[in-house]
Amino acid sequence: MDWQPLILSLELATITTVVLLLVGIPLAYWLANLKRWKPFWETLISMPLVLPPTVLGFYLLVAFSPMYWFGSWLDKWFAIRLVFSFAGLVIASMIYSLPFMVQPIQAALQSLPHSLTEAGLTLGKSRWVILRRILIPNIRPAILTGTVLSFAHTIGEFGVILMIGGNIPGRTRVASVAIFEAVETLNYRAANGYALVLLVITFLIVWMVYWINGRSINTWNR
Amino acid sequence: MIRWHFRKELHSAQGPMQLDVQAMAATGTITGLFGPSGSGKTSILRMIAGLMDPDEGYLQVDDAVWFDSKTQQQRLPQDRSVGFVFQDYALFPHLRVRENLHFALPKGDSPQIVHELMQMMDLHSLADRYPRQLSGGQQQRVALARAIVRKPRILLLDEPLAALDSSMRQTLQDFLIRLKDTYTLTIILVSHDLPELFKLAQQVCVVEQGQISRHGTPAELFAAEAVSGRYRAQGTIVQIRANGVLFLVDVLVGSEVVNVLASREDLVGLQVGSPVLIISKAFNPFIVGMNV
Repeated sequence: MDWQPLILSLELATITTVVLLLVGIPLAYWLANLKRWKPFWETLISMPLVLPPTVLGFYLLVAFSPMYWFGSWLDKWFAIRLVFSFAGLVIASMIYSLPFMVQPIQAALQSLPHSLTEAGLTLGKSRWVILRRILIPNIRPAILTGTVLSFAHTIGEFGVILMIGGNIPGRTRVASVAIFEAVETLNYRAANGYALVLLVITFLIVWMVYWINGRSINTWNR
Repeated sequence: MIRWHFRKELHSAQGPMQLDVQAMAATGTITGLFGPSGSGKTSILRMIAGLMDPDEGYLQVDDAVWFDSKTQQQRLPQDRSVGFVFQDYALFPHLRVRENLHFALPKGDSPQIVHELMQMMDLHSLADRYPRQLSGGQQQRVALARAIVRKPRILLLDEPLAALDSSMRQTLQDFLIRLKDTYTLTIILVSHDLPELFKLAQQVCVVEQGQISRHGTPAELFAAEAVSGRYRAQGTIVQIRANGVLFLVDVLVGSEVVNVLASREDLVGLQVGSPVLIISKAFNPFIVGMNV
């Protein structure tokens, strides 16, 4: 069995999750405190949950393609080509997994008593300090949940990747695509190998979340 | 000296209400805000702290303007020198008592004040506990100490003592007076408790329907009727028993049951659970000290 697609999948999921964590927390904070147009932005961020991955993949393909203005602008000014590249996969995966990171964090931020932020303000602290030192430590279970769900969701990504990444070995052929290809060529052994590894990895990850969150809830109640 | 005039349209449970309050508080004094719930008391505190913006008005603290709708001046809450003790205390759940106090310390300030406050408020034995491991009274002491760590000029208390039993209240009222004198604080507190206002406040503003209907010293506002030699108390009827042509009525006043004789006409429209006023005309009280 060729391990490269699995390694690529893990690489893609790790990078996507780390970047998503950095983007997702401020975004969730912004959404949680939004007063106007909140349902609009929430809907926009939740779209990847309901859109067929092929729809998302199609529009990203069009956007990234050097034949259209965004792609050609990137190409001209930065010499970046996102179509059929690993960087393109990272950006697509971020959009695809965004709700999985943002929603739990936003819900947790909204469930914290507002007086915590207000207490921080009257103690002379900036919103940034309050977010970092008061809010984030109190929503750690939600951050863990968001991180793990994004990771697992990115590993399981298929349609979007096929649309904008294709099937280039070592660059865009991730495990889920490799399974599809193996089945198409009737190589069930290889397909089973990839599938089994993905099954075990995702099971372990989700199990870890339940275990850690269960433990932290116990500490909380003690 | 703090002077303010706030106008704001509030949305209370009874519908929209126009808040329009103008008052001042002298440095180093305690001002009580008294009145029915939903009358706008908490909103006044929040506007002083900058957590809520008035539609119109101003707020002046000594020579500095903290808010003025005419000149569009506005200080952010984090730049106002206030301490706020919230009704739910708002202690940071993930920080120990000592860390809650340290968090409030401005950058570069000596931690001496934290030590001093822990000493004064009797918190040393609780320093390593988390807020959830504290009783209501202990949490309130921590919240009070935390609000004072940055040595604010104004301390705002939103009914902080409401949930405490009477002996704990006494202790905290003493703490409050000591803090006020030590750090020359100007304190504004929301309270429903007359004994508390008598003990603490130099000035009381009665807030009703978004307006300050009366203000003065607690004695001026609440003691006038007692001076006339009458005793009155509010209570609730807990039992009515027929006794010949009259009725014996048990009325719960505070935690005591008072027995009152009443005629059938007196009791028209009254039943068990009705709120009533007891008035005694021939009243000749004497005082006995109590050890609480």
